[in-house]
Amino acid sequence: MAADIISTVEFNYSGDLLATGDKGGRVVIFQREQENKSRPHSRGEYNVYSTFQSHEPEFDYLKSLEIEEKINKIRWLPQQNAAHFLLSTNDKTIKLWKISERDKRAEGYNLKDEDGRLRDPFRITALRVPILKPMDLMVEASPRRIFANAHTYHINSISVNSDHETYLSADDLRINLWHLEITDRSFNIVDIKPANMEELTEVITAAEFHPHQCNVFVYSSSKGTIRLCDMRSSALCDRHSKFFEEPEDPSSRSFFSEIISSISDVKFSHSGRYMMTRDYLSVKVWDLNMESRPVETHQVHEYLRSKLCSLYENDCIFDKFECCWNGSDSAIMTGSYNNFFRMFDRDTRRDVTLEASRESSKPRASLKPRKVCTGGKRRKDEISVDSLDFNKKILHTAWHPVDNVIAVAATNNLYIFQDKIN
Amino acid sequence: MSAEVPEAASAEEQKSEHNMLPWSLQPSIPNSLEEMEDKVTSPEKAEEAKLKARYPHLGQKPGGSDFLRKRLQKGQKYFDSGDYNMAKAKMKNKQLPTAAPDKTEVTGDHIPTPQDLPQRKPSLVASKLAG
Repeated sequence: MAADIISTVEFNYSGDLLATGDKGGRVVIFQREQENKSRPHSRGEYNVYSTFQSHEPEFDYLKSLEIEEKINKIRWLPQQNAAHFLLSTNDKTIKLWKISERDKRAEGYNLKDEDGRLRDPFRITALRVPILKPMDLMVEASPRRIFANAHTYHINSISVNSDHETYLSADDLRINLWHLEITDRSFNIVDIKPANMEELTEVITAAEFHPHQCNVFVYSSSKGTIRLCDMRSSALCDRHSKFFEEPEDPSSRSFFSEIISSISDVKFSHSGRYMMTRDYLSVKVWDLNMESRPVETHQVHEYLRSKLCSLYENDCIFDKFECCWNGSDSAIMTGSYNNFFRMFDRDTRRDVTLEASRESSKPRASLKPRKVCTGGKRRKDEISVDSLDFNKKILHTAWHPVDNVIAVAATNNLYIFQDKIN
Repeated sequence: MSAEVPEAASAEEQKSEHNMLPWSLQPSIPNSLEEMEDKVTSPEKAEEAKLKARYPHLGQKPGGSDFLRKRLQKGQKYFDSGDYNMAKAKMKNKQLPTAAPDKTEVTGDHIPTPQDLPQRKPSLVASKLAG
């Protein structure tokens, strides 16, 4: 079913919870089982914890356009009490959800029976105090805030600030700053809409707050540039503090150059020292202190460079892949086609291609590395570029903040892989 | 892509001599100057030439404002909210199981009597008046 296509995956700060959003506007949260000695093989499995409908399809009456219910992004808030909070957004509206557990219920009410029927007040002769009795665990999700009507264009990113009080939301042309408690107002902090839309040359593709500096955020563009902004310098951050762009060799420029340079995702490292960007063919790591060029470039699927014509015709060239860091920033991961995903070890400079599919993933079996062959004689086990299934795209991946556990979304299936212990 | 075929053939020939090297590291010696030039042209430019051959009227600036404006207006456009609601209702109806076609449909042969006509199916959308 098309509504089951997973559109976002995100671990919470502890990694105990994993949230997925789908095209049908639903959010499914998985919880990691506590490891216990009686079931050693359960070894931290993720099971469904809560499912709820976050967004419904709407109609924009002014433009006569449908507003999709697809969840574009989910971001968790740091946990402050027993309940869990997350932000989920579609193209137009951001919602703050509270997920809480209920494992006790009160019994012995005075005015109503156990099944809820009201008791006849004349029959009540004694007063009793209700007592709390344990019940089967119930997980409830309730919308606590709805942040609507602030975006003319389609929201592509949300990012919670390290101050835990504010967050940003970015659409194609504007970025807004919100306070988590206030829904009727937001501040516009970036506006790249030209006075004359004919002069439009680039759009905002992703935005994120710095993990430690609450005044700093970055946003990427469809032209392959990243701007770092400091909210202390001015209220409207149209002028960037830093501008990151890799110089291009003009002789190699082609019709496709700008399209494949469009950045589909930007992520700060946990340390806050680096950031990573994903464009169509590669992942680049940037040192925030150096704007002139990235410090690392990793090829994801360079063999697609000779297929750009057909990838343009079938629109795959516009696919937006995400990328993520592992907890120690020593490795990065991103998806590709044919249900392949790639992991790069920054220390050893080794990379691997793995596949997320039912055939290749038996429980507790190791994943076998895959290889794409680009021409000539194909070895056994290799796949030729022409046999790749471009409908099987892995756009969304997530890495546990501490452990070597990864979540990979392959269309409407979620795969969770863990590092083997012994 | 046609330049790749003779290269593969020569790589095959080389393979028997250089059995130690994995395929990816084998030197591929071009057969002619023409092939050398093809190798020098980036695969990207070759793809661009292919695209221009198929769509000669393709605009000069692919990242230009037309392209971006189309991107800004994603989402299906409807004539008005009535059109949208009709389309939504149609989708919902499609998902409901379709009733088996009436086997004794009477048309064309004779003037039907009330007994011949199939029972009117109840409305799928209950009227608000029905409470």
